[in-house]
Amino acid sequence: MSVPIESLVSFSNVGMTRWWQRSIFASQTAYVTLALLLLLVVMHFASPYFFTEGNMQNVAKNFSFIAIATLGITFVIITGGIDLSVGSMMCFSAMITSMVMSGLSTPGMPGASLFVHLAADGKTVLANVPGLILVISILAGLVAALMVGLINGFCIAVLGLSPFVTTLGMLSIVRGLAYVVSNGRGSFPGGPDAEYFYALTSGDVGGIPAPFIYLMILALVMAVVLHHTAFGRHVFALGGNEHAAELTGIPVVRVKIQVYVICGLAAGLQGIIISGWLGSAPANMATSYELNVIAAAVIGGANLAGGIGGPLGAIVGCVLLEVIRNGLVLAQVNSYWQQTLVGVIIILAVLVDRIRSRMI
Amino acid sequence: MITAAAAGQPVLELTGVGKDFGAIRALHGIDMRVSPGEVVGLMGDNGAGKSTLVKIIAGNFPANHGEIRFEGTAVHFYRPIDARAVGIEVVYQDLALADNLTAAANVFLGRELKRKFGPLSLLDHKAMAARALELFGELRSETRPQHLVKQMSGGQRQAVAIARTRLSNAKLVMMDEPTAAISVRQVEQVLSLIHRLKEQGVAVMLISHRMPDVFAVCDRVIVLRRGEKRADKPIRDTSPEEVTALITGAKERA
Repeated sequence: MSVPIESLVSFSNVGMTRWWQRSIFASQTAYVTLALLLLLVVMHFASPYFFTEGNMQNVAKNFSFIAIATLGITFVIITGGIDLSVGSMMCFSAMITSMVMSGLSTPGMPGASLFVHLAADGKTVLANVPGLILVISILAGLVAALMVGLINGFCIAVLGLSPFVTTLGMLSIVRGLAYVVSNGRGSFPGGPDAEYFYALTSGDVGGIPAPFIYLMILALVMAVVLHHTAFGRHVFALGGNEHAAELTGIPVVRVKIQVYVICGLAAGLQGIIISGWLGSAPANMATSYELNVIAAAVIGGANLAGGIGGPLGAIVGCVLLEVIRNGLVLAQVNSYWQQTLVGVIIILAVLVDRIRSRMI
Repeated sequence: MITAAAAGQPVLELTGVGKDFGAIRALHGIDMRVSPGEVVGLMGDNGAGKSTLVKIIAGNFPANHGEIRFEGTAVHFYRPIDARAVGIEVVYQDLALADNLTAAANVFLGRELKRKFGPLSLLDHKAMAARALELFGELRSETRPQHLVKQMSGGQRQAVAIARTRLSNAKLVMMDEPTAAISVRQVEQVLSLIHRLKEQGVAVMLISHRMPDVFAVCDRVIVLRRGEKRADKPIRDTSPEEVTALITGAKERA
């Protein structure tokens, strides 16, 4: 087995691509990662507070708040699609979770008798295993997001509607539903399991924020799925050449629906985590977050034309956005500049990639 | 073992195949046969019925009349995947490659090799790269499996598309205008790829507008005009002038 497979073909006029022209090194992600490291060094000298434990925790927590949704939308962007409804899905899913949680914990509400009952002294007593309400309510929130993702995927893959228009409509529909179910007031996670809920969403393990841990696990899973499974390969093929994907027998419709469902689930999970940190799920929660999420993905190297992207890029994009925000605050720059700077960085990141790909 | 070639059995045989689109008769009474290791040129002007014929054989849509026999047995294709299952592969004009993937990934697209890790089945990158290199070796093409298709020349891209047909051990490969949009040097490469297929006993149908290419590689040429077969003769018995006359209708039949 040690016979070099190269010996089958002689390469007389086809050179090897250099390592720095290949894979991760030749991507926009690599350049943006470099820029991020530079920025971290600059921040270290610019502010003595930047590399303190508290600030690092703060940064890690803050970027984790959009990074999970960014992982999800990266799947969609790789196939050449877009999902504008992530912000609304975050809100809707968080709202369903907290409503189910407080509903099941309040005696007298439909279904609540299975979980809680009123004791003689008027206190609410758990009738069941602790944590069960939490599990059910989080599942309810995720199922809500899954349904929205499924509808998005169905409209785009089966009915053939444009992803931009479909998800723009869904942005409005889902936001509207969030107002309808809460009557515009928002909702709060409550009941006996609320403590577990807060521990899981805004707690930390040995100083590492919980959302950051979830993010790392999900990013690893995503890396394996994208690069080492047939599904991941098909996602890339779809973004590279959809017609070719169809002709080679890839189940295009199924893969498309799957990526929108993944995106919906990621947004839903993200929304649930944010609501734990906020302590509530207001009806205007995560408004316009879809733009931050898409911006982070694009800065990290996901190509809106499809075919390129990955978990590392998604996370680097989110970190870069957060470090800039954090840096501007520490440097006591007017925080209104943040948005302007983010825009500049989006264009710069894409521009650098453009120049690089022309040079090779 | 008696191979189809030894038995003299054609790999593909059409009898009286016809196709109507509403009132339009796109194809009428086509009889033809293709033997293993034979390269057949299919020529005709735009609208002559070439692509309709190719699509019927490839399973894009069924014929209204006639019979298709593949290796002696009658076949009915409802989807392209049915045709692929018996051993008919098509190299499309745009090659159907995903630019952002490597050559090996493109060869195995939709038929990835996997390895089981407990409940997970992950891609077997090593085996796919090795098999792809083997196929490129057979085609004598200097194509590295781990390179992105984006960075490849037209000839290398053709090799990737053709290697894909070799993967399934196709018995009939139909090539739709493979030399239409590439440079002179690359045309040479593609024609030599067709020779490689022929060497391995694969029947090839070359659909082309380019007379020199057809005369360079084909054993036989079939000319279609207005949905009918106007000529079917060995390449040595005809000339480019005669074929041109048949295509344009200056000569009715040969």
